[in-house]
Amino acid sequence: MSVLQNILKQNPKSEDYLIETLLSLQDAKDEPCISEEEIADIAEYYGISPTRVSSVASFYTLLSLRPRGKHVVQVCRDVPCYLNGSENILEAVKEALGCDIGETTADGLFTLEETSCLGNCDGSPSVRIGKKTYENLDSQKVKEIISGYREAK
Amino acid sequence: MEKRILTARFGKIDPLSIDDYIKNGGYEALEAAVKMESDTIIDEIETAKLRGRGGAAFPTFIKLKALVGEKEKTRYIVCNADEGEPGNFKDRHLMENDPHQMIEGMIISAYTTKAKKGYIYIRGEYDHSIAVVREALAQAREKGYLGKNILGAGFDFDIEIRSGAGAYVCGEEFALIESIEGKSGRSRPKPPFPTTAGVFMKPTMLNNVETFANIPHILEMGGKAYAKIGTESSKGTKLISLSGNIANRGVFEVPFGVSVKDAIAKLGRGVADGRKLKMVQLSGASGPILPPEKIDVPIDFDHDIGAGAIIVMDERTDVVDILLRHAEFFEHESCGKCTPCREGNLHLVRLLRKVQAGSATADDLRVMENLADVMINVSLCGLGQSAPIPLATALDGFGDQIRDRLAQTETKENA
Repeated sequence: MSVLQNILKQNPKSEDYLIETLLSLQDAKDEPCISEEEIADIAEYYGISPTRVSSVASFYTLLSLRPRGKHVVQVCRDVPCYLNGSENILEAVKEALGCDIGETTADGLFTLEETSCLGNCDGSPSVRIGKKTYENLDSQKVKEIISGYREAK
Repeated sequence: MEKRILTARFGKIDPLSIDDYIKNGGYEALEAAVKMESDTIIDEIETAKLRGRGGAAFPTFIKLKALVGEKEKTRYIVCNADEGEPGNFKDRHLMENDPHQMIEGMIISAYTTKAKKGYIYIRGEYDHSIAVVREALAQAREKGYLGKNILGAGFDFDIEIRSGAGAYVCGEEFALIESIEGKSGRSRPKPPFPTTAGVFMKPTMLNNVETFANIPHILEMGGKAYAKIGTESSKGTKLISLSGNIANRGVFEVPFGVSVKDAIAKLGRGVADGRKLKMVQLSGASGPILPPEKIDVPIDFDHDIGAGAIIVMDERTDVVDILLRHAEFFEHESCGKCTPCREGNLHLVRLLRKVQAGSATADDLRVMENLADVMINVSLCGLGQSAPIPLATALDGFGDQIRDRLAQTETKENA
């Protein structure tokens, strides 16, 4: 059975589980994104239109229709982090990855994104990589963290 | 200055151990509640004058009463844990340090309203909160606080977690409800309110994490004793989130009435690195920006405290930078359903960029003021209605600094 079929079976067959399904599917893949084929399969399973599935997938920031790297690096851009130097963090991450916001590194390992507030303002500046949030960062620390991901592959 | 009720167990219990919670008085309020009449519970919450802690300050007992009065018997209890307003992080602390009091408050609400199903909608970025609450729910189920015939009192109730997926607007009640239904998070016109037609168009009581977490404490101490804490308009305690250029960032619990100024000076230990205070923003990205001489105001529902964020900004901060950053946040987070919010935020960003670049005119400023007025008055939901508040209040407190940034050109007559 395919990864998607397994995920669909985890919840009742009811379209209110669409977002849960899309999130789980992304988590299960090496490249966190939803493909056109998957949209068609999900739509067929729930008996809804593919447009309905892709409109939901494009509405939410954590879901992506574009291929992304294995690790999505989200740098918080909102005021509490900004007040604590998030612009330097963003520059350091750009330098460490060698790519700009919205881009994926050539080796397909990282995609750089900006994010709205992560709710971690007591540890600002904060960065979320995959499903882990790092806090109280400076340029040096965030570069070391990225190196760690690179070495671990 | 602090008064720890909701945060009393923080650091003292293992949040992943229901036994720790029970040993420290947990689920005693539920045990007592199931021996009470529904009306008596509602009376206690009314006497306590509990109001919503997510920012809207709506009296909780009215929602409970409304649900009980509905003909429709399928009812839902929904907890809003989609904390996404910049500067707010107290719900994360509540869920990660003491998750069961929120769950207990939901179960008591379910018993009171005969709802059989609940949802906790947690923002997708709160990976750890989701893990802790999932474990807490499993333990509550195992102990018989959730499931069939709870405590032998003949009522069934269970709770499901729904994960957000990165949309600030889903903290708005109807956007959240749409999201639970598996749709894009776009608000609905009101009325009908969620208590009449919420999740799947059924009566729904939707509250913030902190609101639910207050309910067991109210039943434990009694509504009367609870109402002795706080001020005339605002009873009980408030969790505040201190952030920005402040020495001691974090979540603190204070009785309503403590002043913003004192909270910053004493709990936050003042501005970081001995710098001078430039401005304070209350409630988060959508709240008022105040100059230092206006922060000696009480933390209460009459002073725009919202969900309790206090963002401190020091002398290095540029008010236009901050306004632009907030405007970009709202432009990105607007759901796009209603025109004033979708277009208004777009134009606020465009015009604030002009101000920042020094190319805006006095006419641009007038357009911004008009836009703000329209957005505040006719946007469909709270997002668009509150997005221009920082601008409107900054024009009061820092108007000169903003006008100084305008281009030194004559304004065109009919622009």
